[in-house]
Amino acid sequence: MITLSHYLILGAILFAIAIVGIFLNRKNVIILLMSIELMLLAVNTNFVAFSNFMGNLDGQVFVFFILTVAAAESAIGLAILVVLFRNMRTINVDDINALKG
Amino acid sequence: MNVNSLNWFVAAPEIFLLVMACVVLLGDLYVREGERRLTYALTQISLLCCAVMVLWSESGTRQLAFGGLYVHDALARLLKIGAIVAVVLVLAYSRDYLRARGLWRGEFFVLAMLALLGMFVMISAANFIPFYLGLELLALSQYAMVALQRESKAATEAAMKYFVLGALASGLLLYGLSMLYGATGSLDIKEVAAAISQQHTRQPILVFGVVFVVAGLAFKLGAVPFHMWVPDVYEGAPTAMTMFLASASKFGALAFVYRLLVSGLQPLVPDWQDMLVLLAVLSMVLGNVAAIAQTNIKRMLAYSTIAHMGFLLTGVLAGTSNGYSSSAFYIIVYALMALGGFGIILLLSRAGFEADNLDDLRGLNQRAPWYAFLMLLIMFSLAGIPPTVGFYAKLSVLQAALEVGYLWLVVFAVLMSLIGAFYYLRIVRLMYFEEPRDTAPIVAAGDTRVLLSVNGLAMLVLGILPGPLMAWCVQAVRQSLG
Repeated sequence: MITLSHYLILGAILFAIAIVGIFLNRKNVIILLMSIELMLLAVNTNFVAFSNFMGNLDGQVFVFFILTVAAAESAIGLAILVVLFRNMRTINVDDINALKG
Repeated sequence: MNVNSLNWFVAAPEIFLLVMACVVLLGDLYVREGERRLTYALTQISLLCCAVMVLWSESGTRQLAFGGLYVHDALARLLKIGAIVAVVLVLAYSRDYLRARGLWRGEFFVLAMLALLGMFVMISAANFIPFYLGLELLALSQYAMVALQRESKAATEAAMKYFVLGALASGLLLYGLSMLYGATGSLDIKEVAAAISQQHTRQPILVFGVVFVVAGLAFKLGAVPFHMWVPDVYEGAPTAMTMFLASASKFGALAFVYRLLVSGLQPLVPDWQDMLVLLAVLSMVLGNVAAIAQTNIKRMLAYSTIAHMGFLLTGVLAGTSNGYSSSAFYIIVYALMALGGFGIILLLSRAGFEADNLDDLRGLNQRAPWYAFLMLLIMFSLAGIPPTVGFYAKLSVLQAALEVGYLWLVVFAVLMSLIGAFYYLRIVRLMYFEEPRDTAPIVAAGDTRVLLSVNGLAMLVLGILPGPLMAWCVQAVRQSLG
């Protein structure tokens, strides 16, 4: 029997993979964008699981909005990436360090 | 649900703003390169009309629209007016700067209006869904704004960093919201608060949710330890966009505090109070100490923002209506100070020259005594020296924290603002007691000069007569949150 906590653990694992992907990734900006998508999907898993087990549809409606926003977000992210590549000729995370933070 | 229960008239300013953003977007295509003034004028006129609509809106009682998704109250009115004023001033100050850099394009106006719309939606959200949509509309417009200077390496790099960390912040926030939804079974902010206060035992899932929401908030505010993006984005972005991030978008962050933390999680004050204390202390230390070491003025103001967000959180964490109204006052004053400070930097910049080093302010008194005086007022206000308004803002925030017994935090905050006074006064010294290196004449359009003077003098006037603005903040908070 698959219970709510199974879904929540799956969501937590996906979320953790996404966070680790953002902070440990030293190679490629595209992997950052993928991690961001994964993070939003982990959240969606949570919402759908809660919504299903509580019998309340609000959470599933929210998921539709999150999916839409995620699409807009990756469009902007890729646009910035293209501009960045034109300027720097690289999308290596280690080389993007002109501003010291 | 019938059409009447939509009650869409409550959202009339937002609808008007959206329509005008579309009109500006399309209209700009038919405007020739040399006549962009038309687009600018149309944008400013629509913003002013929008301000009039908000001012005239009925805000004595809490009004719901769209089946309870959307709310308009006295607090929403106050924050919306503040946000509009900030955007109007950003557009007015940055005109010559953008023109000299080839950024004087319709996209900037449209993005500014859409970002403002996003803030409006956040400010008026009564449910997690419109809140999230408003947050993303604001954030996505800002990413695009920072990246608008396409050929600049620094700007695109700043945009990428801002994008990745901003998306991470919204991810954290959403994860927190999903936990809150699971714990309470509702997305409506009032219902969430009611469900939490009915539970006798704290579910771990609820505490988890609060932690993630606070982390998302700290990212958006730029509070330590989630501040890494602030200095880089402030430095890399074109100064006009930095000004937008530093002033207008802070109203969105304040809406975040009021709608989620205060309205939605009021029963959990003891839980988030400790987290905010930590954020406030770290922000004040790191912001003030790191600002001393900076030679780039935009970077210095970025660290100063971090420190000021620490002060803002000090007011919020009091968890009382005095604390909330003093933090509203603080953010309005901070936005005015940031507008004035960046306004002077924009004024000193010209084609092919960015006045972004501290040395560029050297001897400003000999070049332009009036601007030097305005900058002096703004720096005094940022440092919190009476009789400027910065002093009163800090005082009211610290009073609110003292009322709930945070004596050690108040003493600590005062010590930190003493450290902060050092780097603000260093700018005053550079302006008044050093010889100028850059001798190019300072030119500015008439209306920019007038607005900048009003902005600078407001520091003094509000400092001597803070009563009316403070009363407005208190009344708005009492009516909406009390």
